[in-house]
Amino acid sequence: MTSALRPPPSACPGCAVAPAAAGLAEAAAGARLLLSLPTIHCAGCISTIERDLDAAPGVRSARVNLTLKRVSVDAEPDISAADIIARLERLGYEAHELDPGVLSMTETDLQGRDLLMRLGVAGFAMMNIMLLSVAVWAGAADATRDMFHLISALIAIPTVAFSGQPFFRSAVRALAAGRLNMDGPIALALILTVAISLYETLQSGQHAYFEAVVMLTFFLLIGRYLDYRARALARSAAQELAALEVPRAVRLRDGAETTVPVAELAVGDLVLVRPGGRVPVDGVVAAGRSEVDRSLLTGETLPVVTAEGAHVSAGEVNLTGPLTVRVTAAGRDSSLHRMADLVAAAESARTRYTTLADRAARAYAPTIPLLSLGAFVAWMWISGGDLRLSVNIAIATLIITCPCALGLAVPAVVTAASGKLFRKGLLIKDGTALERLAEVDTVVFDKTGTLTMGTPVPDNLDDHPVEALQVALALAEGSGHPLALALARALRGRGLQPAVVDDLREAPGYGVQGVWRGRTVRLGRAGWVGTTHAATTGAYLSLGEETHSFTFTDALRPGAEALVRDLKAQAKDVWLISGDVSAAVEAMARRLGIDHWQANALPAEKAAKVAALQAAGHRVLMVGDGLNDTVALSSAHVSISPASALDAARAASDIVLLGRDIAPVADAVRMGGLSSRRIRENFWQSGLYNAVFVPIALVGLCTPLWAALAMSVSSITVSLNALRLK
Amino acid sequence: MEVLAILIPVSLFLGGVGLVAFFWTLKKGQYDDPEGDSRRILDTSWDDRPKPTRRED
Repeated sequence: MTSALRPPPSACPGCAVAPAAAGLAEAAAGARLLLSLPTIHCAGCISTIERDLDAAPGVRSARVNLTLKRVSVDAEPDISAADIIARLERLGYEAHELDPGVLSMTETDLQGRDLLMRLGVAGFAMMNIMLLSVAVWAGAADATRDMFHLISALIAIPTVAFSGQPFFRSAVRALAAGRLNMDGPIALALILTVAISLYETLQSGQHAYFEAVVMLTFFLLIGRYLDYRARALARSAAQELAALEVPRAVRLRDGAETTVPVAELAVGDLVLVRPGGRVPVDGVVAAGRSEVDRSLLTGETLPVVTAEGAHVSAGEVNLTGPLTVRVTAAGRDSSLHRMADLVAAAESARTRYTTLADRAARAYAPTIPLLSLGAFVAWMWISGGDLRLSVNIAIATLIITCPCALGLAVPAVVTAASGKLFRKGLLIKDGTALERLAEVDTVVFDKTGTLTMGTPVPDNLDDHPVEALQVALALAEGSGHPLALALARALRGRGLQPAVVDDLREAPGYGVQGVWRGRTVRLGRAGWVGTTHAATTGAYLSLGEETHSFTFTDALRPGAEALVRDLKAQAKDVWLISGDVSAAVEAMARRLGIDHWQANALPAEKAAKVAALQAAGHRVLMVGDGLNDTVALSSAHVSISPASALDAARAASDIVLLGRDIAPVADAVRMGGLSSRRIRENFWQSGLYNAVFVPIALVGLCTPLWAALAMSVSSITVSLNALRLK
Repeated sequence: MEVLAILIPVSLFLGGVGLVAFFWTLKKGQYDDPEGDSRRILDTSWDDRPKPTRRED
């Protein structure tokens, strides 16, 4: 899991990293390593990383891919991903190892290249045929015209046979399943038009539609390629999430430690959970004393003390001391898995969203062949059985109605919008998320880790003398407890130097103690330090006889205030639903100006609240990061999670927020509305072109020149309209 | 009109050269990282000579 790969909050980083490193070293037996670098963004990042890794011993070469935000490293077999991750973290880049096997990069690449190749061939053919066609339109006649048509046919037929394959295949698949999709009419138009044009050419006919056929293929392939790229990006993001998961546990048997997959654990086994590690199973603490961070499971900000006999659940993070856990439920039965089952249930309950493109295709697909058949029958009747004339008009109708612009209408907008949002730090995992965002009228936030950073900051440092702060700093730096880390960071941030404290010792579950100027000093829990517990949670410092208390609040995520203000300005209802205690939730709601809030919510209650809002006719955007949010995330109309969220939460959401700042969520909502409007406009535009040109084709006045004009102008205007997205 | 007998094959040949060049760039993976490549031109480190070992994938 992610946190096992990041530098964990631990007293001894070395031993905490060790299990992750051991697991990764096995995976990295090959010479090629693939790492995800979510924070790279510029030329400076590329050269810094490549220069550093190229200089690293054992690394043959390193290449950064900024589009996919990855680096692939070619290294000696004895170099492990953990070494590279440590190096990159020293440079200030967050890095995660990706399993090249799971990613199956080559397969997706091949598919993309295949489409690009067909697109290239269609483009080449279109340009060459257009040169010849312009000559025909300009007045080439008789033998010259026939020769030009023949050369066009020689180029067009193999091109359509090669470049049109994606449409033929998809049409056949749909027909075999008893459905008619958009590719059915397209395939029909391609084949019929080529056949009739070839016949006309051989009969020295006046009109051949070779350039129109190839142009249609070219424009449709552009739409197909954009669509593919958006989906490939989303898929690789989803695979990254899956690849990040390294479910391993350290089993204790007869005093020996072995690292085993979590799936192999049985009830009754003893498992060692090191500080900084995630508890892999549900169980009871058999030995050891520590504190666990439950924030991902329950939304509680502050760690919970755990000692012998206490219950721990899979997904919790062990903070200070090593714990030996006796397994009570593993694998399928663990609370983590039950949560996953709830998510699966919620996902299957989410009604399949019908996209605008689906609706348009369903209405449009049968119209094309029917219209052209109607034209054929009508002209047979009018002309008194002139087969050649009727077929020609039917073909002209078919090629004019074929939805060039319609095929570009959605992918062009989605590509433009997701590009804009990616630059703002939002990764769209699902193309339909934008359309669904447009319908949102209610936004539900989780508190811990979403609106807050999920890390505490001390808020009363000014109440203490400098000397006490210096001692506190010295003690805090001896501990890996989140409160101690926060305290140390804040004190270092003030430019303080630690006092000289000897004999530093950490008492897991209690705090840190040391000797300062001959006196025993302690930093930790109230009872242990020898003072009374204050109302708010915090850490306590004793300097012999006098004691000091440090209180903490959860730091607000940057942009949270602006986000809530912005969403309210967009007339959205804002809710705050958290598993934390009432006081904390109410304070947060008041601070941000959120009117509706609910505290002490269990995961199922969160989902129920979201479901109730949706049942009342609202469309809910859920923003959350914890395991306790995943069910709500997957049952909401659309969902967003920050990159710091647990893998399960990110996998369940439609959009991932890559940066720390949460304000771009408002941009996503706005962009959703805008792109939905652009898509509708595009449909109207392509409909308008048809409304103008179809009658021309039906009365038999449509020449190949008109067809080519209609197609290119409509495709270009649709693409330009998509680019208007700001 | 006899000139067409030369011009048409010439235009097809030149177009074909372009197509082959396109296939070559595709095979060499020049479209794998458009974002990164557009930024790499700002990097001055390999201006004098090309980077000696370049991964090909």
